[in-house]
Amino acid sequence: MTTMTPPVSLREHVTPITAETHVIAVHWLKQGLVLALADGRVLRWRDGAVVDGVEAHAGGILCATGDGERLISGGDDGRVVATRFEGEPEEIAKDQKRRWIDAITLSPSGNLAWNTGKTVQARDEKGRIRTLEAASTPQGLVFAPKGYRLAVAQMNGVSLWYPNTEAKPEFLEWKGSHLDVAWSPDGRFVVTSMQENALHGWKLGDKPSHMRMTGYPAKPRSLSWSHDGLWLASSGADGAIVWPFQGDGPQGKAPRECGVRHARVTRVAFHPGALVLAIGYDDGCILMVRLTDGSELLVRPALRGSGISAFAWDKAGKRLAFGAEDGAAGVLVLPS
Amino acid sequence: MSEKIPVTVLTGYLGAGKTTLLNRILTEDHGKKFAVIVNEFGEAGIDGDLIVGADEEIFEMNNGCICCTVRGDLIRILDGLMKRKGKFDAIIVETTGLADPAPVAQTFFVDQDVGDATRLDAVVTVTDAKWLKDRLKDAPEAKNQIAFADVIVLNKIDLVTAEELAEVEAAIRAINPYAKLHKAERANVDIAALLDRNAFDLDRILDIEPDFLEAGHHHHHAEDVRSISLTVPGDVDPEKFMPWINDLTQIQGPNILRSKGILAFKNEPRRFVFQGVHMILDGDLQRDWKDGETRESRLVFIGRDLNENELRKGFEACAA
Repeated sequence: MTTMTPPVSLREHVTPITAETHVIAVHWLKQGLVLALADGRVLRWRDGAVVDGVEAHAGGILCATGDGERLISGGDDGRVVATRFEGEPEEIAKDQKRRWIDAITLSPSGNLAWNTGKTVQARDEKGRIRTLEAASTPQGLVFAPKGYRLAVAQMNGVSLWYPNTEAKPEFLEWKGSHLDVAWSPDGRFVVTSMQENALHGWKLGDKPSHMRMTGYPAKPRSLSWSHDGLWLASSGADGAIVWPFQGDGPQGKAPRECGVRHARVTRVAFHPGALVLAIGYDDGCILMVRLTDGSELLVRPALRGSGISAFAWDKAGKRLAFGAEDGAAGVLVLPS
Repeated sequence: MSEKIPVTVLTGYLGAGKTTLLNRILTEDHGKKFAVIVNEFGEAGIDGDLIVGADEEIFEMNNGCICCTVRGDLIRILDGLMKRKGKFDAIIVETTGLADPAPVAQTFFVDQDVGDATRLDAVVTVTDAKWLKDRLKDAPEAKNQIAFADVIVLNKIDLVTAEELAEVEAAIRAINPYAKLHKAERANVDIAALLDRNAFDLDRILDIEPDFLEAGHHHHHAEDVRSISLTVPGDVDPEKFMPWINDLTQIQGPNILRSKGILAFKNEPRRFVFQGVHMILDGDLQRDWKDGETRESRLVFIGRDLNENELRKGFEACAA
């Protein structure tokens, strides 16, 4: 623990991918990996090689989500598009005015939601669309882990909306601009990243209680829950900031700081089955840190101008895909 | 690190010729590619450029500063655009005719991500020779836009007589004598005069002389928005000046639209320059005072209902 040896390297287990332009998202489908790119293309990659690339959006991809079958992307052409591992991309929705799709999310049961400006649309698994007009343009959307309920992060708080009811959404109020939103796997907590370099959380219930998580030098734009739902990792500092969500949540408790370096964390992603966190930095470095003892493994050394912009673990937790802002990408296969 | 992308804010009252000017900038053969953030979406398409619709969503920062409002939509859109670096060389933000330029400008100083990737180049205000005088009477926004400008395009001069033109120019100068003023018909101003101004770059603040030659004061005391220029003939004491300017902008920030200063600090060979938008001040030590250059300290405020005597006394009390 006290030795000064550099972290053990997993570099030789990384297969590079050349995406050529800013990687917005990486996502594992059953058949392989897809990469959503800022120029509107989706790359399909399998067994160490790019299979092909398709144009999903005429302009650029702004946001993406997906399940085992499809990558679903929102673009600056006002379209919501599903891309499978084979075949042409398929349009799900289109904004008549071609406004940007600002945020998109998908629930495990197949409910989809996105917004163009203040208009939030929720589409259930049967394809029925319901619309909510938010008071300001949301930048973060996420479904509750169970049930058809959507959290909408916006100015001065979060709306919790049941799209299938006429009831007015519940509004969790906290002054300021709320950006990304995450819902804990047990459904008890909603957490947002804020303009003011902070996270804000609510413990849901009859009287939602607040939790403030402050002290970040930058906006914590990447959030990831541990598989057991007891930890929330976040970017925005020189190490990953990991908050404890046991019991009543992190209020009054100190977070863990993992992988502290002279760089800024841009992306975090918890392993789907272990307390291991992938941490990507703005200098291109990727570390893997075990939460239990803080031990570090080097996945990718720093590379100028290649800040990490996307992460995805496959379902089994055997492969970690990453993308960077300069169009570099890669897949780490964990040695067995 | 790559160069920061310059951003030009294009403002102007309804009907002044803002859209005409925007179209000229975009269609003229200057070899530059623009990303344009417009408030009215779906106007006649302009090929080759990236056009984004914006909603002018203004919010107040949670930092206890009441006039520190920023454009949330702009932060979001610029974040999206920065993922497509290389597709454009510069960004133009068009505001609505009724917009206050301050939240747009403040966004570049308050949001760290925006400030890291882009730089505010200048606020360009298009105004109308025929109707400006009326607008100055009935539209406070029009006045703000003039006061805020680094560059003013006085458009439609072919629709007024020489006397009317002189009058409207005097009205503009009463509010803002420091902006570069270009007269135009059908917005036919040289594009080079609008872009790459570096108006907010401290290194480029060389002087704060008025942009026109006539000496002497234009006494338009009827105007609630005007500029005030103050001089201390010599050094000021930074121990006195810094608290004074900070308190002043904290208290009077809502009324001070723009401020600028070049100061000689006691025992400091370099010039201290600063510029401000409402309460947000950006200042630094710049180049050395040159041989033969008079060490003096000058401030300019453009604002609403400013008390010149009080400001003068406050500044003079900072003299070293």
